[in-house]
Amino acid sequence: MIAPSVGLPLPRTDGFDKVTGRAAYVDDLRVPGCLHGATIRSTIPHGRLRRIRRDPAFDWSGFTFVTAADIPGQNVIALITDDQPALVDGIIRHAEEPVCLLAHRDRERLLAGLRAVTLECDPLPAALTIREGLARKAKIYGRDNIFKEIRIRKGEVRTAFRGAHRIVEGTFRTGLQEQLYIETNGMIAIPERGGRMSVLGSLQCPYYVHKALKRLLGVGDDRVRVVQTTTGGGFGGKEEYPSMLAAHCALLARKAGKPVKIVYDRLEDLAATTKRHPSVVRHRTAVSREGRLLGMDIDVLMDGGAYLTLSPVVLSRGAIHAAGPYRCENLAIRARAVATNTPPNGAFRGFGAPQTIFAVEMQLNRIARALRIDPVELRRRNVLRPGDSTATGQVLDAGASGPLVLEEAVRRSGWSVRRASFTKRAPPDPERASKAPRKGTASGRIRRGLGLSLFYHGAGFTGIGEVYLDSHASLAVTRDGSVEIHTASTEIGQGMRTTFAQIVGDELGLPPSMVRLAPQDTSLVPNSGPTVASRTCMIVGKILANAAADLRDALVQWAGDSPRRAPGRRATRGPWNPQQFRRLASAWVRKTGPKVFTRKYDRPPGMKWDEKEYRGDAYGAFGWGVNVAEVEVDAETFEIRVPRVDVVLEIGTVVNPLLAQGQAEGGTLQGVGYALTEEVVRKNGRMANAQLTNYIIPTTADTPEFRTTLLSNAYRHGPFGAKGMGELPLDGPGPAIAAAIENALGVSIVELPITPERLAKAIRARPAHE
Amino acid sequence: MSEIRITVNGRRFRVRVPPMKRLLDVLREDCGLTGAKEGCGEGECGACTVLLDGEAVNSCLVPALQANGRKITTIEGLARGKRLSRLQAAFLSAGATQCGICTPGMLLMAEALARGRTGGRAIDWREGLAGNLCRCTGYTKILEAVKEV
Ligand code: FES
Ligand code: FES
Repeated sequence: MIAPSVGLPLPRTDGFDKVTGRAAYVDDLRVPGCLHGATIRSTIPHGRLRRIRRDPAFDWSGFTFVTAADIPGQNVIALITDDQPALVDGIIRHAEEPVCLLAHRDRERLLAGLRAVTLECDPLPAALTIREGLARKAKIYGRDNIFKEIRIRKGEVRTAFRGAHRIVEGTFRTGLQEQLYIETNGMIAIPERGGRMSVLGSLQCPYYVHKALKRLLGVGDDRVRVVQTTTGGGFGGKEEYPSMLAAHCALLARKAGKPVKIVYDRLEDLAATTKRHPSVVRHRTAVSREGRLLGMDIDVLMDGGAYLTLSPVVLSRGAIHAAGPYRCENLAIRARAVATNTPPNGAFRGFGAPQTIFAVEMQLNRIARALRIDPVELRRRNVLRPGDSTATGQVLDAGASGPLVLEEAVRRSGWSVRRASFTKRAPPDPERASKAPRKGTASGRIRRGLGLSLFYHGAGFTGIGEVYLDSHASLAVTRDGSVEIHTASTEIGQGMRTTFAQIVGDELGLPPSMVRLAPQDTSLVPNSGPTVASRTCMIVGKILANAAADLRDALVQWAGDSPRRAPGRRATRGPWNPQQFRRLASAWVRKTGPKVFTRKYDRPPGMKWDEKEYRGDAYGAFGWGVNVAEVEVDAETFEIRVPRVDVVLEIGTVVNPLLAQGQAEGGTLQGVGYALTEEVVRKNGRMANAQLTNYIIPTTADTPEFRTTLLSNAYRHGPFGAKGMGELPLDGPGPAIAAAIENALGVSIVELPITPERLAKAIRARPAHE
Repeated sequence: MSEIRITVNGRRFRVRVPPMKRLLDVLREDCGLTGAKEGCGEGECGACTVLLDGEAVNSCLVPALQANGRKITTIEGLARGKRLSRLQAAFLSAGATQCGICTPGMLLMAEALARGRTGGRAIDWREGLAGNLCRCTGYTKILEAVKEV
């Protein structure tokens, strides 16, 4: 028997191909006879499409041209609601909305063709902000431009406010954020003989694309095949958008009768694809003299963009996390996703939670200041403990790790000493700032501060979402006696190829190298659900672990039934060494036929969820975290540096510490960008900074020193005790950095990203401390 | 169309291309070497980094004509068969690659910095790698990996 691999920092199994340049991403594939495709998009945010005009003087030979009229099935991108067309048919509802498509064998000709098409439109008034959407400046969705409204209620809020020592109010805002995977969206559609359409590309959810294409093409299951190619990052940005891109490629390929490839350049990817929802969150909190949260009244608004896409689900997660990991018996949360004439916002790591967690954490700091209580002490008094219940009434068991991560972070970061050492000075003068030279760090100009955030993040789909998904996963034994994993879960850099092999390997008593992964191809693998929501390791990993246990038991039994083949010794994980297993399994398949073990999602016993009332067990498990961020602010230029962030995360059993640290560090850095530099500027509904020169993500030069600690509080229903962790790290940096800046300058931060301009404004607005 | 002669990873190529065709496209389309990636096409992300006569360049900004007669190293030229270069091996074991799309460019930039090391002077990796964007790793494991070599 071999030693277990769960818990070991194994290098990733796809690492060799990635460091040698062999890994083939979609744009690296050579498909004979492939045409290049391109999209013609609206430039106005709202209007009536009168005519698509093709220059009659232009030579259109060799071009394939597709409009909404060419769609054989329904003109929708099927996801939750059928409101979003694949191509504009009549009404344009946002800038960059796809109107028609072109393909040509030659890229230069294609570009010339794009210039020879003009859209004739009658503009309509546009609602470009949440406020304008609510005011119905334009009619976009339903009667009131509300995609979804969620209410969460607990206890008696009004009574709680009446008995309060103080009522603290705050309104907090966050902006758009781009996922900025380094590989832009790309797809190839290949029409096959027999009428099947194959689509290959960079994506997170093969079966989402599959579902969308069936509706668009009006065909059955087996007429569409979706294959994931090596994917250069997703972060949610390749959850729903690939369905749109696949639709476009498939329509062109169908009409041309030839393969068609579309790979967006960075400009198009930035301008047209989904982003994190902007938010406005208003808090009113009733507190006792000691700082207990007696009542919370929270209003959440999110900008969904022009189509519903995933907004109700993003909103749902945002609403559930809006009260933070704190105990409060009386609360009312009202959350609305609003339609605007802007490109639809969508999934991005954290999925609504980073917005509402930023707000509640800043509100906690406000309360701490109002009551003159240390922010850590305030959190200690209110953090959810075992036996407490969350906003939705979910009673937490021993898995409530809030106190654990808080104390661990305070200790490891040296919170008390460092916080005390960053003595407060008078806030800088914004008038002088404009005249200040950009360079130079004369002592006294640099203000330092320390801030902390406490957060939790539910893993897996919300409520009964996992039951609806009904994910399946299989293990097959091959004739050569190795084991093959069949799931639609995708490797997007997070490391599932490696963690799945570790989980299955350990369950079978085999080294991970003996466990292979079948391609993510809908014609080969079952629907194990989308690769989103921190669910892959915890949910699909558990299904695989169960399937592996079935396989092991069946093989042991077969071997036992045939005494001559029995390996004899019976060990806990399997009575074989790798060579014995291979021989035995190979004989098993050859003698008794192919072996496939399929399992589906089993809901942990006792989990209850009321979708109408939004009450009950929202998630099987929560990951818990604390960030302690140190900042240095140049008091004259308002440049902000983050030299160090202590990251403490409790994620259940750590299947692979190397990969988990990578997730923690990568997610935290995305949060640093969200906090400070990542800002989408829009003019008349179009992105004005759709370039990496002015949409700024962190580089090596501005990466903090991360001190990462991973803690384990095993989750009974996860594979070997693992919980989901992909999104958790992004929840913490925004509020921790904002709190550190408040500490450094004595200002109140109410909006992300904290650009130098916004910081100057915050300083002007002082005295801010209540 | 111009005839361009380049030596890539020790192999000689002669291609007929428009003189202003980007070196990145020449490598990917005409030489069949797809290791160099396009992340932005405007010199901001470093995914297309290759070595031109030993020096790191953004191949999306280099016209074919400018590469004529010169030696190029791409990611495909770093390993000897199955034997990884020291940097490649360090990236693998330190967990410095996740989705992998930035990795070829990052490795070649690191290679150029390591080769350019003069005397015993320490390399400022943070400054040196600041033109190569990675959205997955948070750079921490990348910085650990390069410091190993
Ligand atoms: S593609 Fe050349 S620098 Fe980004
Ligand atoms: S590993 Fe994904 S961008 Fe660097």
